[in-house]
Amino acid sequence: MITVNTDISTISQALQRGDFSSVELCKEYLRRISINSDLNAFITLNESCALEQAKKIDEKRSRSKFNVLAGIPIAHKDIFCTQGLLTTCGSKILSNFVSPYDASVVAKLKEKQTILLGKTNMDEFAMGSSSEHSYFGPVKNPWDMTLVPGGSSGGSATAVAAGLIPAATGTDTGGSIRQPAALCGITGIKPSYGRVSRFGMVAFASSLDQAGIFARSAKDAAFLIDAMCGFDLNDSTSLNVEPPQCVDSLEQPHNKLTIGVPEEYFAEGLDASVGDVIQQALSEFESLGARLVKLRMPNSKAAIPCYYVIAPAEASSNLSRFDGVRYGYRSDSGQDLREMYRKTRSEGFGPEVQRRIMIGTYVLSHGYYDAYYLKAQKVRRLISEDYRLAFEECDLIMGPTTPTTAFKIGAKMDDPVLMYLNDIYTAAVNLAGLPAMSIPAGFDRSGLPVGLHIVAPYLQEAKLLRAAHLFQQHTDHHLKSPVEYS
Amino acid sequence: MTQWESVIGLEVHIQLRTESKIFSGASTKFGSDPNVQACSIDIALPGVLPVCNLEAVRMAVKFGLAVGATINRKSIFERKNYFYPDLPKGYQISQYQIPIVSGGSLETEVEGESKVVGLTRAHLEEDAGKSLHEQFEHATGIDLNRAGTPLLEIVSEPEIRSAAQAADYMRKLRSLVTYLGICDGNMQEGSLRCDANVSVRPVGQEELGTRTELKNINSFRFVEKGIEVEIERQIDILESGGTIIQETRLFDTKHNVTRPMRGKEDAQDYRYFPDPDLPPLVVSEDFVEDVRKELPELPNARKERFMEQLGLSESDAGQLTQSRELADYFEEALGDAPENAKSVANWINVELTSYLNKSGLSIQDSKVNAITIGMIVTCIAEGIISGAGGKTLLQALWENPQQSVEAVIIEKGLRQMDDAEELQRLVDLVIRDNPEQVQKVKDGNAKILGYLVGQVMKLSKGKANPKSVNESLRNKLGI
Repeated sequence: MITVNTDISTISQALQRGDFSSVELCKEYLRRISINSDLNAFITLNESCALEQAKKIDEKRSRSKFNVLAGIPIAHKDIFCTQGLLTTCGSKILSNFVSPYDASVVAKLKEKQTILLGKTNMDEFAMGSSSEHSYFGPVKNPWDMTLVPGGSSGGSATAVAAGLIPAATGTDTGGSIRQPAALCGITGIKPSYGRVSRFGMVAFASSLDQAGIFARSAKDAAFLIDAMCGFDLNDSTSLNVEPPQCVDSLEQPHNKLTIGVPEEYFAEGLDASVGDVIQQALSEFESLGARLVKLRMPNSKAAIPCYYVIAPAEASSNLSRFDGVRYGYRSDSGQDLREMYRKTRSEGFGPEVQRRIMIGTYVLSHGYYDAYYLKAQKVRRLISEDYRLAFEECDLIMGPTTPTTAFKIGAKMDDPVLMYLNDIYTAAVNLAGLPAMSIPAGFDRSGLPVGLHIVAPYLQEAKLLRAAHLFQQHTDHHLKSPVEYS
Repeated sequence: MTQWESVIGLEVHIQLRTESKIFSGASTKFGSDPNVQACSIDIALPGVLPVCNLEAVRMAVKFGLAVGATINRKSIFERKNYFYPDLPKGYQISQYQIPIVSGGSLETEVEGESKVVGLTRAHLEEDAGKSLHEQFEHATGIDLNRAGTPLLEIVSEPEIRSAAQAADYMRKLRSLVTYLGICDGNMQEGSLRCDANVSVRPVGQEELGTRTELKNINSFRFVEKGIEVEIERQIDILESGGTIIQETRLFDTKHNVTRPMRGKEDAQDYRYFPDPDLPPLVVSEDFVEDVRKELPELPNARKERFMEQLGLSESDAGQLTQSRELADYFEEALGDAPENAKSVANWINVELTSYLNKSGLSIQDSKVNAITIGMIVTCIAEGIISGAGGKTLLQALWENPQQSVEAVIIEKGLRQMDDAEELQRLVDLVIRDNPEQVQKVKDGNAKILGYLVGQVMKLSKGKANPKSVNESLRNKLGI
């Protein structure tokens, strides 16, 4: 009925023709999820509700015209609040939390009549680059079960890569969509900051967090991005601008693209074989009529240190509400209030989350604030300025999404700094609030997928997706999938 | 012996009278069952976000304009981080480095001397919930109804010099915010809360003494009493060679002493930083101008007008403009008879106030409405009833507000005698029966005339109009 690569338009047409029903489609994806539970991509399934909803859509389908997404199964990263379903954020502290409300993104995709099949596994509170930091166990990479899928949205990436779901939401604070998309060989996009409402998305670092999507292609991603974006009164940082019309602009003719290639992204630390694949992808763009220009991004080195001050600072405050008082896990061994707090948070948060709360608390402390937090804010402006200047020279910036392909489970667990360096090319984009994506660019010598990182100017998601779509029309990297799942 | 000068700065939190909370749509009504007015944002569920209530901003701007302050076109909401069960997010959203209002001043008056107190700032923030320690055994209850109620924290410069001035500052501030309609001024319900920073120094010394922060002074009386007691305590310590410890102290109203707050609080590091969920609060020129147009007549201007246009004494005018409601009541009672201003003021400030005080009611809840007070004064002015009759009338109406003024006048027989012949008859009778006194009056002892008037009044059973009696007697006796 479907393969791992059947795209959303094709599925939608088949549903419309009645080749199969949405109920049958959901059952097929639920079957795939169930036989591949060893990937540990999901935390919670929404089986009975999903089938009930699919049935309703099937009943109505013959009578009225439907949007492309109607009846299409999707999954949400377990960071989005979903009414009546567990929303754990991959944490023990929220392991019993059932949200009484839907996140704005969840509500928007519900309006489009997508069907929520389940909630995907993730690094606890989106803190991590490997999806190993989950209370519910590590997620596996479908290309090789001994490897990590990347993180923090690893469950969503794995699920899409293994064909367990056509598309899944993710969140990207420093690379949490693009890095796992690269490591799993799929398409992942993070829109501009403010495009997608953050209401109902459990906050990690409020000034950096942005919801986005994993899909099999830029075109599929475009359908979902168009559906997710839009102003939301409930989020003061949400942009009051018209949502992008990505799908409509996909096939528009390209002006001659100028692609900026920062030298800094090809320096020390980049795996040679990854570098080769990226060069080939850039050549492919050149052969499609693009012009490549070399760029300097002099402040890119500061991105990781800057990010690891700002993100933990905001996180340390955002995570204060998880105190065992009103909801979530509460340690019952505390003898007084302080002890209850201490035990609840020590038992409820994993080590990486605790590490970041400590860092964040430190950098905001009296006497350190100026040297760390304030300094980082200044650096953040310099990084934004780098991009502003770069986009005077080019339409899009391209480079590798990650320095290496997927690494072994456990390999970087004892070295947080090594783990943090996974986001070396992606974190700067969040600091600047820009739209960016990772698309499959090819494979390294060991056959593992390599991601091409594309960054667009502010609010230019349509341009970003159009370039990715162009590339995908002339290459087949995005159609490749691990043998067991194709 | 050293002469001491006290230095006081007040931090007053006023609850803004918005319909909904400062960052959520939940109601701000007082007195509901616990936690029914706490929405997902107030209880800080995962994923929720704050959205600033423009009405609260409007009120803060209104206050700023009324005290002649600078309205900062761009102010910043920051997070004040600390853990407490009635603080659901683990931080309070407040303004720190850049408040919405800077500067301004408030005029106080102590024993007829008026002094201007400078304001440092006024900033917007959210209230916390309440911890209920008494209701539960071995547990603390949390009521989050109040969480997220908008507060304006008004900080004065350390320019207040006595407890009495501090109390007057509070009275003036309360009067102002109720005038502006931005706070209900209800101190019992915590709509107006005050902390005081108190220090003393030898007169003439420039440098400030070590200060203590005094809490739990949430009534005019406690503000004055608490500060007084704390000043005395500090002077006693210094005079006996001791030093003041910088600390937070509570006013124990029962024993009339201040005590250090429970245990030694660690120096809290609140880790303030700009709230990334809220963009800088920007108020436009137009917005400020719109608010300026909404400004009502302020207490001082109204007091001046009462004195200049209506001829009220400073004390009457001052008393009537203490609250907007009282001044409104006065103007409604007066109607379009400015010639009655003094007696209307007197009836409200003396007679009505005594009834209100006895029953613990505020002017808004007065059993006798403004129109009725106006009618009583008019009846006296027109000689329909006597002043004493007016008091009887007010008492009857206070006890039974359902009755009409006319009905009470008839029922109680308060109408003064308007039958000139009958009056003449009584005057003649009194002249005939009191020859000695009449002679004395004729000899120039005017005091005795009062006695004769009294005799006529007595015969009329109080219904004669004393003015007419007086005139008639003078005519007859040729004086």
